[in-house]
Formats: sequence, C-alpha cells, structure tokens
Amino acid sequence: MESRPEESGETGDLLRLVDIRKSFGETEVLKGISLSVRHGEVIAIIGASGSGKSTLLRCVNLLETPSAGEIMFDGKPVDYRRHGATWKAAGAMKRLRTSIGMVFQSYNLWPHKTVLENVVEAPINVRRIPPADAISQGEALLESIGLAEKRNEYPSRLSGGQQQRVAIVRALAMDPKMMLFDEVTSALDPELVGEVLDLMTSLAQQGMTMLVVTHEMGFARHVSRRTAFFCDGEIAEIGPSRELLSHPRDERTGEFLSRVLHHL
Amino acid sequence: MDNSLIEYWNTFGSYVPGLLYSCMIVMEIALLSIFLSWILGLFAALGKNSRLGVLRRPCEFYIWFMRGTPSLIHIFLIYFALPQFGLAFSPFVAGVIALSIGSGAYVAEVFRSGLSAIPRGQGESAQALGMGPVLTMRRIVLPQVVRIIVPSLTNEAINTLKNTSLLSTITVLELTLFTQMAIAATFRPFEFYIAAALLYLVMTTLLSQFANWHEKRYTLHI
Repeated sequence: MESRPEESGETGDLLRLVDIRKSFGETEVLKGISLSVRHGEVIAIIGASGSGKSTLLRCVNLLETPSAGEIMFDGKPVDYRRHGATWKAAGAMKRLRTSIGMVFQSYNLWPHKTVLENVVEAPINVRRIPPADAISQGEALLESIGLAEKRNEYPSRLSGGQQQRVAIVRALAMDPKMMLFDEVTSALDPELVGEVLDLMTSLAQQGMTMLVVTHEMGFARHVSRRTAFFCDGEIAEIGPSRELLSHPRDERTGEFLSRVLHHL
Repeated sequence: MDNSLIEYWNTFGSYVPGLLYSCMIVMEIALLSIFLSWILGLFAALGKNSRLGVLRRPCEFYIWFMRGTPSLIHIFLIYFALPQFGLAFSPFVAGVIALSIGSGAYVAEVFRSGLSAIPRGQGESAQALGMGPVLTMRRIVLPQVVRIIVPSLTNEAINTLKNTSLLSTITVLELTLFTQMAIAATFRPFEFYIAAALLYLVMTTLLSQFANWHEKRYTLHI
C-alpha cells in the first residue's frame, strides 16, 4: 500500500517549508517547521489547539509573515520579507495567494454578496476573467456541489455546511494549485460535517494538493497520505497516516490520540 | 378675521421667498459639509487604525482636537484667525470647511466603530484570494461598514445640518441669520423663530427619511 517513498524528491515538491519560525511578541508559536508537500499530496495536520497548526497554514499564504525560514512554492522561493512593501513584492504575494486557496473555520463568506457574487468576486477582480465567463464557471462549480439553485441567495440563508461548501468553491474558482483547510468542520453541527468532508475527499481524489488542519481523525486516516502531529510549535511526528494514527512512535502523539479518540 | 389674516400676510408673506431661499443655502452648506465629512472621516479613521505612527498620530490629534473643541471656535478660527496668515475665505467656504472638519472627527469615530464590528475573517478571506488592501476595503469591508453605520452617520448629518445655524455669526445668510433679520424688521420673534424651527424640522426629517429608505433598501441581508 504505502510503497511510495516518504522522503520526497526535490522535483515533486509543490510546497517546501524549511525551518519556518513565527513569534508573536515574546511567544514563539512556530519553532522551526520543515515540511514538503508534493504535487497531488494530501497532508493532515493534527495537534492540540495552540500548537501552531493554524499559524503554519497562515504563514504559507502570508496571512502571517514568518519570523524566519524559507518558503518554496512551485519551485520558486517566496520573498516574504518584503511582502507588500514594493509593487513588485505585492504582485508576487498576489500571485502566491491566487495559486493557494484557503478555507477557514468560520467560512468567512461575505454576507452582503450573494452566493454567486461570493464565488465570482475574486476571479473577476483579481484574475481579471471576463464577468460572463466567471459567472458561467461559478455556476458550473455551484452545480457540481448541488447548490446551483442557491446562487442568488445570501449566505445567511444557507446552512453551515452549505456555506462552507460555497467557501470551498469560492477558493476553487481561482483555479488554485493547492488548498489550505483550517479546521473547516470545527464550527459545523455534527450532521453537517459529512457533506463538507465528502467534498474535500472528492477534491483529494481529483488530485488537488491539500494541507488540512483537522480534528477529523477519520479524514486524516482515510484521505490524507501523511499526517503530521504538531506539539508546542514543532512537528513532533510525521508519517503515513494509518501508521501514525494506529502506532504512533512519539509518546506525545499517543497521548493526544488517546485523548481525542477516547470520546468515540 | 379677514383683516387680521391680511395683516398677517402683509407682515410675513413677503418673507416667504427669503425663508425658502435661506433654506436652500442651509441644504447646500449641509450637504457639501456632510459629504466632505464622510471623506475626511473615512481617511481619519483608516489613519487612526494604522500601524504607522506617521499616519496614526496626526489622525489621533485631529480627532482629539476637533471633538474636544466647540464648533463655534472652529468657525471663528477659520473665518477670523486664518486671514491673519493670509488665508482668507468667503463666509460660505469658511463655513463649509469648519463644519466638515468638525463633523469629520465624529464621522471618523463612527467609521472606526463600524470597522471594528466587521469580523477580521471578512478581510482575511479576501486577502487569501489575492485581493489587495484597497480592493478588500472597497469591495468587502466598507460596504458592510456603511450598512452598519447608516444610523450613526444620519445622526451626525443631522447635527451638521443644525450646526449651519452657527454660520449666522460669520454673516452667511442662512435660515437663522435671515430669521434674525426678519425679526429685526418686524419685531415678531415668536412667529419667525417658530417658522425657522419648523423649516429646520422639515429639513432634518427629510434627511432621516432618506437614511431610513436607504437602510431598508440595503441592509436586508445583514
């Protein structure tokens, strides 16, 4: 089953993080994270809250500026140190962000725009796609998740699960090379979690490269090829998901898993 | 009965066009000042929220100074004091400047309260999609802020409209000064002050009705 080598070759990496550090004031939240994500790979990130999982995701698309470390995306180094300070750097950041989709725990759909307007906003204003094309693409995407008939509704009229699926489609409308998922099912009622995980699973099967911060151990086990366990701002353990979740090597991983799985 | 009506008309009728014309002056000054105060207020709010000291400190000072000093002093400073430094304005222009910078400080605080009411994630999700700060502000954050602050902006707009009466002190022939002149000529303070009050009431009511209509139309979904 797990015949592919875990040590990824230089060429296959879509994202490479080397020794990423992030401090907020005195607190060092990330203490040197190195991680490579290959094209089409799905990696789950698990760990207690406050362990730095979300901060790492936010460093990848520069919603947070790392304090130190190297980011390589699609073979090019990301010059985050000057982010936004010059027009050139701002352009580079825009290109990075349009190539990396992100979905948040709290959906963050824009309440003053309809479902379709949410989806086509960035394609029209950032990618400069002609509105008619963006709309037909957006409608096709909504169709694919069974929400085409909601296109003129406002987000507040949708269930949490529907909103989160629209948020995923909104990110996909930018045609990203990679998707970041930040605890996207944590705010959902339990009966709505399934529809969102199903959509993520089908994305993974279509070959989308994904970095998924999650508390859904089932998703980590069955969908992600590798799982990383975060503890106190470091990757305590990373390995093939099934192996790590069933036979953790690090005792902190074992402790965490027993606490999480205890309730099942 | 008939005689007294005719007498009334003889006393007041000739002032009706003047009263209405001075109402137009009030509306002109008020609408200009309100519009300018929104622009000033928006930039002062963004400035005060900025992390850059060079932007933040002047905006903080502006808001602090304007909110802590009387409108009448702003008017006198601009109309009487600035000419000392060679900056002379007509009463109308001085009035518009004074009212807009004074109101702008309040509008800034209104904008800031609106900005703080928008969840951080709203802007973050826009940025994550590659939208820059200006686009994010213009397309995502501000439309939501404006919907929230319409009632407070209306209050402030009504204040500005009423404050135009202070411009009577620098010879702007608006409703209050016109009323005083009419009273000086007719010795009928009660009738004229009541008439002025009613005319102000009509104008402020129009303003708040417009805001209500706008609010109903645009805030359905939030």
